[in-house]
Amino acid sequence: MNEKDQLFEQIKNLLLSQKLAVLSTQNKAKPYASLVAFAETPDLTVLLFATTRSTRKFANLTASPHVALLVDSRTNDPADFSDAVAVTALGSAEEVKDSERAGSIDLYLGKHPYLKKFVTSPTCALLKITVKKYILVSRFQNVMELKMP
Amino acid sequence: MPLILSLDTISEHNRDLVGNKAFALSRMDVHGMHVPDAICVSTQAYHRFTEVTGLRAHILMELKRKRFEDMRWEELWDTALRIRNHFLHAEIPREISAEMADHLQASFSEKPVCVRSSAPEEDAAGRSFAGLHESFVNITGVDSILKHIKLVWASLWSDAALLYRQELHLDAEQSSMAVIVQEMISGECSGVIFGSNPSNPSEAVIESVYGLNQGLVDGTVEPDRWILDRSTGTIRSRFSPERKKILAPSESGALLTALPSKLKDMPPLDDKRVKEVFHLAKKAEGLFGMPQDVEWTIREETLYVLQSRAITTLLNGQDDDTRPWYLSLRRSYENLKELSQRVEQKLIPSMLENAETMAEQDLSVLSDTALHDEIRGRAETARKWINTYRTDFIPLAHGIRLFGQMYNDIMNPSAPYEFMDLLANTEMKSLDRNRMLRHMAEQAASNPQFAADLKKGIIHDKEFRAMLDDYLKKFGDIYSDITHNTADKQSIIQTVLGMASQPLAEQKNRAHDSDQLEQGFFSHFTPDKRKFAEELLTLARTSYRLRDDDNIYLGKIKGQLFRAIEEMRARNRKDVQNNSGQDVPAEALEILEEQKGLKKTEDQSGLSVASGVQARQIVGQPSGPGISRGKARVIHDASDLHSLKAGEILVCDAIDPSMTFVVPLSAGIVERRGGMLIHGAIIAREYGLPCVTGVPDATQLIHTGDTVTVDGYLGLVIIDKG
Repeated sequence: MNEKDQLFEQIKNLLLSQKLAVLSTQNKAKPYASLVAFAETPDLTVLLFATTRSTRKFANLTASPHVALLVDSRTNDPADFSDAVAVTALGSAEEVKDSERAGSIDLYLGKHPYLKKFVTSPTCALLKITVKKYILVSRFQNVMELKMP
Repeated sequence: MPLILSLDTISEHNRDLVGNKAFALSRMDVHGMHVPDAICVSTQAYHRFTEVTGLRAHILMELKRKRFEDMRWEELWDTALRIRNHFLHAEIPREISAEMADHLQASFSEKPVCVRSSAPEEDAAGRSFAGLHESFVNITGVDSILKHIKLVWASLWSDAALLYRQELHLDAEQSSMAVIVQEMISGECSGVIFGSNPSNPSEAVIESVYGLNQGLVDGTVEPDRWILDRSTGTIRSRFSPERKKILAPSESGALLTALPSKLKDMPPLDDKRVKEVFHLAKKAEGLFGMPQDVEWTIREETLYVLQSRAITTLLNGQDDDTRPWYLSLRRSYENLKELSQRVEQKLIPSMLENAETMAEQDLSVLSDTALHDEIRGRAETARKWINTYRTDFIPLAHGIRLFGQMYNDIMNPSAPYEFMDLLANTEMKSLDRNRMLRHMAEQAASNPQFAADLKKGIIHDKEFRAMLDDYLKKFGDIYSDITHNTADKQSIIQTVLGMASQPLAEQKNRAHDSDQLEQGFFSHFTPDKRKFAEELLTLARTSYRLRDDDNIYLGKIKGQLFRAIEEMRARNRKDVQNNSGQDVPAEALEILEEQKGLKKTEDQSGLSVASGVQARQIVGQPSGPGISRGKARVIHDASDLHSLKAGEILVCDAIDPSMTFVVPLSAGIVERRGGMLIHGAIIAREYGLPCVTGVPDATQLIHTGDTVTVDGYLGLVIIDKG
């Protein structure tokens, strides 16, 4: 396996193993972080998450679509410093279009079946992040980047 | 669970708590064999100590910093040294030390003891690993015993243990170490018996020396040897060395002295004793159900068993297993002293004489056939020295590690590599060479007309010409070593001109720091030990210097071989029309190829920017403190060295002393090969340049022109695209 495929696999394995991520948004230079339940497409080009429209993160995203999303495998143990892996996805978020909605909901609920009521509520928005770059941190300080096509 | 167990409370059900060596001792004790009084510090003590002090997390971080497969032996050694330093600095929490101290005081008071490892993973049935963990002899007093218990604990993560981590099933979170504290039996003679000879199962082997066993185990005292019939105990053959020395207990552990003359002609064991030792091994074999490797000693007519374990099979690995060779680099102080004398007084002078004789020879007058023979002769000479380099120079150069460990034990410094600062300012050939280059460069820089003439190869200045000739004589052949070409005045002039036009890093004067550390080191020795301390430091400096100089000397020898090859090739080029060229002898080509193999790395196109993969930050080892940022100059071939410009970051696979002449131009060094004590690290520290070594795939992940930050404090390389 070449370096690129290895990196892709490492990132994919982490995303598959985790349900929650920290989403960073900002508005007028005021950063904001929140925990979201995410799902990934098989080619990792898109990450999905849902939020109700009255939240601060939704307001921020309306003002500025640029986001960073952090997924990691820490377990709150000293071994995390050597064993935990973290991936930051950089990209821009937008609401999923009606034409893509059915497929996206299937994908999202495939990972989070218990969120059916939440995600199908009229007040909830399903958002997709088109990922431009993944940054993988392993062994505490090793950092590799993967640009997405 | 108990922290301390006496031998009579050990049984099968608490075997994991005491390790296999302690378990074996308790079995032999129960069955009436003479076993010295002993107690066992259980694995529970290790677990509690590492948990309460937070050492467990430190160990995890050290071990998982890089992938094991990316770490060479030198890096494993560095890792082991850092872990050892963590152990030395961690206080045993009072609730643990108080309980241990009570037992130790009650059992031994001021009696001297041995402190031995007893790892549950070690010596298990069918898996026996001699010498991977540490043991200490002749330790007296509770405080000193406690300190040595910590050192035995630390040796769970010794470089040797890390090399054999798979066989040992070493696991950063699970593995543990029990420790045996055993009354020291200072026998008149001691030895080892292999119940079954590893190279001939029908035999048993006894080895014996006068005094302590340690002299035999670490190879300082050559033993008498008996080969016995394994089934009957009949002596098949015996070997007696020239008996010269004895290792006896002393204030500082053990001391090697001359053997009293009346013992020189007498083997340590008579035939009756040989039989007795054989029966001891048979009894142990009966107890444990397989042939044993037993250490024993005889005091006042009583034969004591010090330890027994299954025969080591580990060191007979595959032919390509280089680990036994690494382990063989660990030499005792006595061994290093002898080696140092041989290398400095005999080998190096003889090597230089060889190089000089070859250099003086006028190859142009030789007939083609004579030249062919000359090349073969030179290849043979070069091969001989390459072998000596491996058998003598490398072990001596590794002596620096023994010094480092001793220094840390005595001084307990917070930085595990403080000893390197003490050794700074040791004179090395490569520094001498760089000073000569700098001197010539400064002269060229100060006079534009002079530099312009120099460019055309015109040198009016007599002094400069003399300097250049002197340089060529001293280092010209090494230069040819890196270019695989004849010593070429013009290429040296080019280097000088390149350096003249750019700012160079200056060698740091670290004499003051080094002097202070030296004083501090000596102050830890009583006046009667001062001579020993001085000898130790002299040996360390020899070892430090040799790390660099041996490559320069070897370069001279190889340079002369390459010069002769080049002469033949030049003749062949002339003769190409009449097709009368001769082939370069295969043995010479082989050395040339090995050299190229060392110097060339492949650019991996798979990691081009187009692939979308980019290393952003890579973890290596912090090998020279400081931080700098600059454009990367990636060295794929020795000829790339000439392109390095002032202020660039030198990125290479492995740098050796023949390449370090460009270092003063660079702003920092990044090297794939890892280690704190390697050439790149040593030279970087001399010039005060930030240096990170052990950066996996450095020459593939970094491209010439990338902007690179070298964090020499933390061992990080951060890459921005150019």
